[in-house]
Amino acid sequence: MTKLQSHRRPPRIGDAPVFRRTLLAVVLFFVAVIIVAPLAVIGVHAVSKGLPYFAAAIAEPDTRHAIMLTVLTALIAVPINTAFGIAAAWAITKHDFPGRRLLLILIEIPFSVSPIVAGVSYLFVYGLQGLFGPALEAADLKIMFALPGIVLASMFVTAPFVARELIPLMQAQGRDLEEAATSLGASGWRTFLTVTLPNIKWALLYGVVLCNSRVMGEFGAVSVVSGNIRGQTNTLPLHIELLYHDYDAVGAFAAASILATLAIITLVVKVVLERQGAGRRNRPASLAGNDSLSEVKP
Amino acid sequence: MKRRVLPGLPLSLGITLVYAAIIIVLPLIALVFKAASLGPADYWRIVTSDRAVASYVVTVSCALAATLFNVVFGMALAWVLVRYRFPGRRIIDALVDLPFALPTAVAGISLTTLFAVNGWFGGPLSALGIKVAYTPLGIMIAMAFTSLPFVVRTVQPVLEELDPALEEAAQTLGGSDLSIFARVVLPLLTPALLAGVSLSFARSLGEFGAIIFIAGNQPFETEITALLAFIRLEEYDYPASAAIASVMLIAAFVMLAVTNIMQARALRYTVRN
Repeated sequence: MTKLQSHRRPPRIGDAPVFRRTLLAVVLFFVAVIIVAPLAVIGVHAVSKGLPYFAAAIAEPDTRHAIMLTVLTALIAVPINTAFGIAAAWAITKHDFPGRRLLLILIEIPFSVSPIVAGVSYLFVYGLQGLFGPALEAADLKIMFALPGIVLASMFVTAPFVARELIPLMQAQGRDLEEAATSLGASGWRTFLTVTLPNIKWALLYGVVLCNSRVMGEFGAVSVVSGNIRGQTNTLPLHIELLYHDYDAVGAFAAASILATLAIITLVVKVVLERQGAGRRNRPASLAGNDSLSEVKP
Repeated sequence: MKRRVLPGLPLSLGITLVYAAIIIVLPLIALVFKAASLGPADYWRIVTSDRAVASYVVTVSCALAATLFNVVFGMALAWVLVRYRFPGRRIIDALVDLPFALPTAVAGISLTTLFAVNGWFGGPLSALGIKVAYTPLGIMIAMAFTSLPFVVRTVQPVLEELDPALEEAAQTLGGSDLSIFARVVLPLLTPALLAGVSLSFARSLGEFGAIIFIAGNQPFETEITALLAFIRLEEYDYPASAAIASVMLIAAFVMLAVTNIMQARALRYTVRN
């Protein structure tokens, strides 16, 4: 150890050992109660009657159907929202046009609107008492209380997820590379695929993971538009509610453990992708879906 | 210098506008349209009915309490994560985002199970005479859980960037830790904190899934506004549902404006540092 290093820097505030230990203990206690315990209780209750019972609960036909419906919803909604997110990010960050700021706020709206309000709103578009209800009824098209309604409501709730990961990053990266590519004769698509995409792939993947996680877990909006028909329009979160209210705690927690596992995978992917430069390191609280869109100056 | 114009604007902007119009704008307009079709007198009667007003009081007061908790705990958590080194720090840092990643229905049943009278925490608490599940306290805990990451994640980066020289200067001037925190550190954190607070509060106002399991849902006592809109729908009282949902929509837009102003301010301060 050199002499310079052995010099004691004045401790920063809050570094007094007693204070430090007390604050750490209090914070860790609350982390254990508020964050760790809710996660732990899912696992404990899911297997409280043994693993065979847990496996049987998941293999139960209505639960299996709910899983399939949730996966199907995500398979439709996530790619569409990904395409939308890329298009919005390309338009907003690679071009100048009037109203860009307004468009950013517009894309951000679903973050601010309660999922219940979203579900109710969709009912007034496609439901029987809604704008297109009578016309849809006449054409024998069922959107509400069926798969299309569930997909639409999920798309509303998660519309900003991919765009909000891409926009701050693409804004920061500027347009020079794309301008160079097009001036050398590359087409727009080729420029996007060979120049832009490699630079945004981690943020894009991160946005897709977040979007998928939210689609699979969405409850409020979907519960309004699905009609909760057991074995037909019950997604996994809705099925959990149903089992829970049927006093089938093990079944509910077994189903919940699938979504909790998905949540943990999402967190792990987040940590891994942040090391690749996506997410919070560039922008505070991106999972919170709060900031950064407002950073983009027109 | 004039910029070279990149290709793809008509296609990408076209997709964006059409999608935003169909998926985001159309439903909200349909809601406003439905609520407006009531006429001013009926609309006012519904949104100021005793039960609706009681639901606003429950929702807003619980959201305020939850946000206050998040300010204190969220800031302490951010402080610990940034300033202290201890085993498990990175795991806790990752777990902070759990409330966003965990579906609200899952959070709802697990918090209810924990805080029910026969639960891990509900048992000891009820022995002390504190009832959590099926009371406003339960609503508050569900709101605090779902919105916790907002404060942590807005304060954390500012705390990381804080210049140690500022504290050292204050220390050489003889300030105590408490006065340095209150007069040097806290003012620098305030813009970010306010941005986090407005996000946390807005989220609490709109939360549904995590709350309905733990709330008990008694009208006038533990019924949140989002649930009332849902109940009116199940009673086939669509105009009333639209009216109550429109109140939530207005609140959401007000909070969106507040949040944007707070973030613009937070950003101005960050840039200046």
